[in-house]
Amino acid sequence: MNSESVTTPETYTEAHAAETTGHGDISVGVAGSGDSSASATRITPGNALRPEDIALEVRTGLVKPSEDAAEYALRLGDDALILAQRLGHWISRAPELEEDVALGNIALDQLGHARSFLSYAAGLDEKSEDDLAYFRREHEFRSAHLFEQPNGDFAVTIARQFVVSYYQFELYSRLTQSTDATLAAISAKAVKEVDYHRDHSAQWILRLALGTEESRARIIHGLKLIWPYVGELFVDDELTHRLAEAGTAVEPSSLKADFDRLTGEILTEAELEVPQVPFAPGGGRRGKHSEHLGYILAEMQVLAREHPGASW
Amino acid sequence: MAAQNLQPVPEALSPEEQERAAQLDAEGQAYFDHVMAQDSRIEPKDWMPAAYRKTLLRQISQHAHSEIIGMQPEANWISRAPSLKRKAILMAKVQDEAGHGLYLYSAAETLGQPRDKMMDDLIAGKARYSSIFNYPALTWADMGAIGWLVDGAAICNQVPLCRASYGPYGRAMVRICKEESFHQRQGFEILLELSNGTPAQKQMAQDAVNRWYAPALMMFGPPDDDSPNSKQSMAWNIKRFSNDELRSRFVGMMVEQVRVLGLTLPDSEVRFNDETRKWEHGPLDWEEFKEVLAGRGPCNAQRLERRREAHDDGAWVREAAAAYAAKQARKHAEKEFAA
Repeated sequence: MNSESVTTPETYTEAHAAETTGHGDISVGVAGSGDSSASATRITPGNALRPEDIALEVRTGLVKPSEDAAEYALRLGDDALILAQRLGHWISRAPELEEDVALGNIALDQLGHARSFLSYAAGLDEKSEDDLAYFRREHEFRSAHLFEQPNGDFAVTIARQFVVSYYQFELYSRLTQSTDATLAAISAKAVKEVDYHRDHSAQWILRLALGTEESRARIIHGLKLIWPYVGELFVDDELTHRLAEAGTAVEPSSLKADFDRLTGEILTEAELEVPQVPFAPGGGRRGKHSEHLGYILAEMQVLAREHPGASW
Repeated sequence: MAAQNLQPVPEALSPEEQERAAQLDAEGQAYFDHVMAQDSRIEPKDWMPAAYRKTLLRQISQHAHSEIIGMQPEANWISRAPSLKRKAILMAKVQDEAGHGLYLYSAAETLGQPRDKMMDDLIAGKARYSSIFNYPALTWADMGAIGWLVDGAAICNQVPLCRASYGPYGRAMVRICKEESFHQRQGFEILLELSNGTPAQKQMAQDAVNRWYAPALMMFGPPDDDSPNSKQSMAWNIKRFSNDELRSRFVGMMVEQVRVLGLTLPDSEVRFNDETRKWEHGPLDWEEFKEVLAGRGPCNAQRLERRREAHDDGAWVREAAAAYAAKQARKHAEKEFAA
C-alpha cells in the first residue's frame, strides 16, 4: 500500500461517518483496539460490521484493497472459512448439547470473519465472497495446514481450537492498528469474538488434562497431532514483509513470543508440556495444501458448482 | 459391610399421618382445580395430579427430543450450503434447535426427571420424537421446505402452547416461538429464491414441497376422532385447540403463501368450506404415519444411531468434565478449610 492511499482508522471513521452504507457507526469496531475485553454480544446488530456492509462498500467503490491487502485478506479469510467448515460438522454430534451450541457459535464467528475478509479480497477484481469460496480451485486457496486438519475426536478439535484461538487473538489484536482501515475494522470485531474462543479452548484444555486418565491421554495425543502445524503460522514471507513495512499487517514471526508465553501458561496450569515434535513445512500460503483440503472443497463446493450462475 | 447397607423397613403411617396426607392431597387438588378454572399457571413446586405430571413430562421431553433429532436433517446440508450467507443462516438455525432442546429439557427437569434419564430413554428407543424427522432431507430445497412447512406447522402447534398451564413449559415456548418464526421466514425465503431462479432450481423447490406437504400436515397428530389423549390435555389447559382445528388453520396459511412462492401444494382437494368456515384438505395416509411412528420410516434407525453415536463418543468428555469439576470443588473446600 503506498503512502498516498493510507488511511488511518480514525480518518476512515470520519470519512465514512456520513455514508449510509449500513454500518454508519463503524467506529464501534475500529475504536475497539484497546477494548478487547468488551463483550462482542453487547454490540447491537445495527452497529456491528457485517460482511454485507463490506461487500457493499467494495461494490460501490468506497473501498478497494491493494493487491497485497487482497492477497493477505485471502489468507485470513481462507483460514477462517476452512475452520468454519470443519467445526460445522460438530453441530448435532458434540459430546453435550451445550457444546453443540458452543462449537456452533465458534463456527459461526469464524464464518463471519471469513465472509468479511473474502468480501474485501473479492473487491480487487470485482468478484464476490461466493465466487472466491465456491469457484476457486484447491491450489488457489491460501489456508494454512492447521485449519485443514481433521476434527478427530473432541480432544483433537480442542487442541486445534487452542492453537487457532491464541494465534488469531494475537494477530487480530495487532491488526486493529492496521493502516488498512477495512482490515482494522474486521479485526476489531473479530478479536472480541476470538477472545471467547480462547476462553473456551483454555477451559477445555484444563478439564481434559486434569479430568480423567483417559481424557488426559487423549488431549496429550491431540496436542501432539496438531502441534506440527503450529510452525507454519509464524513464517514470514515477502508479502508479510511488504505489508509490515507499510503498516498494513505484522510479520507472523512477531506474534510467536506472545503466543508461546500465553499458551505456555495454560499448558503449565494443565500440567502439560509443549509437544516436542518437529514442525511440518506447510505451504498453504503458496497454494500447497494438505491432502485434506481437496475433500473439504469437494463437499463445500458441489452444489454451487452444479448450478453455476444461480443465485440462492 | 452388608449390614451398613441395610435400611430399616419403613413403619406404616399412623392414622393421623394418613389423614394429614389425604388432607394435603385434597387441598392440593382444590388449588389445582382452582388454577385450571382461572386458566392460570401451575409452577414446579405446586401440587399437581400425578397424571398431569406424567402427561407433561411425556409431552415436554418428546418435544425436546424432537428438537435434538430435528437438528440432523438440516445439519446434513451445512457443509454443502450453496452460499456463505445461507451456510451462516443454516448453522445458526440448527444451533437454535440445540438451544430449544436445552430450554425444553430444563423445563422437563422441573417435573423431577434428570436430563440424563431422558437422553437414555431416547437412545434406548423408549421415548418418541416427532415422526417428521424420520424423513430424509434430499436436496437443498428441503432446507426451504422444512423451514416453511415443518417449522410453519410447529409454530401453529406451539403458539397456543405459550399459554400452557404449566409455567416453565409456557415460558420456554414463548422464546422458542420467536425463533421459530425466524426459521419459517428463512425457509420461505429459500423457496422464494429457488422458485424465481433457474428452471432446475424451481423444480427442486416444487419437488421438496411435494415431499414435505403431507408429512407436515400429519405433524398435528391423528384426526380428532382418533386422538385419545387430546381431551384430557385440553381439560388441563395444556392443549388449546384440537388437531384438526390446527391442521385446518395451517392449510389456510399455506394456501396463501404458496401463491406468493409461485409454487403449488400437491393436493387438488384443498378448499375453503363456506359452511364450516374452515379449510379442508385431501385425504392423508395415516397408515404411513403409523408405520413411521412404529419405527418403520425411511430414517428412524439412522437418526437414532447418530444420536447414540454422538452420546457414546462424548461419554469420556462428560466424565472428564465431571471429574475436573469435582476436583476443583474439593480444592476449593480444602482452601476454605485451611483459611
